[in-house]
Amino acid sequence: MKFRKFNAIVPPAVMLCWLMSVTPAYAMHISEGILPFNWALLWFIIAFPFMAVGLRRVKQMASVDLSAKPLMGLMAAVVFIISCMPIPVPTAGTCSHPCGTGIAAILVGPFASVVIAGVALLIQALFLAHGGLSTWGANVVSMGVVGSFAGYFAFRGLRLLRVNLVVAAFAAGILADWATYLATSVELASGIRGDSPFLPLFWKILVAFIPTQLPLGILEGAITAGMVGLLYRKRPDLLVKMKVIKEGVKTNG
Amino acid sequence: MAKYGGKICNIVIFLFVLLIFTFSLQPSAFSQDSWPGVDESVVEKYAKEHGREASKPLINTDQGDLLLFVFLAAGAMGGFIAGYSWRMLTERKSGK
Repeated sequence: MKFRKFNAIVPPAVMLCWLMSVTPAYAMHISEGILPFNWALLWFIIAFPFMAVGLRRVKQMASVDLSAKPLMGLMAAVVFIISCMPIPVPTAGTCSHPCGTGIAAILVGPFASVVIAGVALLIQALFLAHGGLSTWGANVVSMGVVGSFAGYFAFRGLRLLRVNLVVAAFAAGILADWATYLATSVELASGIRGDSPFLPLFWKILVAFIPTQLPLGILEGAITAGMVGLLYRKRPDLLVKMKVIKEGVKTNG
Repeated sequence: MAKYGGKICNIVIFLFVLLIFTFSLQPSAFSQDSWPGVDESVVEKYAKEHGREASKPLINTDQGDLLLFVFLAAGAMGGFIAGYSWRMLTERKSGK
């Protein structure tokens, strides 16, 4: 009873917090003009097949199962809001944001998650001065492709090892976030290095991300675990349908 | 097991709400310079060191309070879609 009351308050409170937290403007994606043309083009080319397969997958999902549409809508809103939500990290004195692609990859699959991230990044680049159109491909690769697949494989791998559903989701959220910034470091170091060697610059950038992204990754893990756990209680059938869990299988197995 | 998982889930969500409230209210107490985004403190800093600078976005909404309005509108729209979708997902089950 006590927990029912709690449940009636918490989800709207989470939504309210999201609304309150979306304030300008600490963009964390790679900004417009940072990457040279050839590198920006390369990331577009890499992102393209993932987007194409993702769009096909989204179309398939929507035609097969009606409940996929609200789930896709929910994930799109979650990724969009989370990835432009600046969160101050007192230990680092900076702001950054989680990505949300880990949870999207778990619930709707990694390819659909790439599409969701791509759309969110496009809206942010167009209207929120957040990221950039020329760097859209690079941001899709780091947040959409690398983040989604890192989260998805971490979740699937841990579930194969019979790790608890919520714990697996927590780890997937963390890895999706950290992998995104690892990929951003690669993109940035390779794009801006000029004649300098790649590795020292890569490590320099990666280390600079750590104080901010280390705690935020853990926060993203908590968000992912909370959302998967909540859906397991509210709509376990949906998780079965989306192949997150098997029918009749307990969360720890 | 499901009951136990539910309690864990509640605690995680409660911590999340607490974290967001705490952190989201803090920037107003500090100057913006104290809390730069990692785009400024990492991405643009290293890009500038290597001769690359961020250019203005195609549609530059970063003008006065315009960006605040755009973020508010985007947040409200995103929050509405998230809430509406969540309701559709959870009510379908209980309506059966």
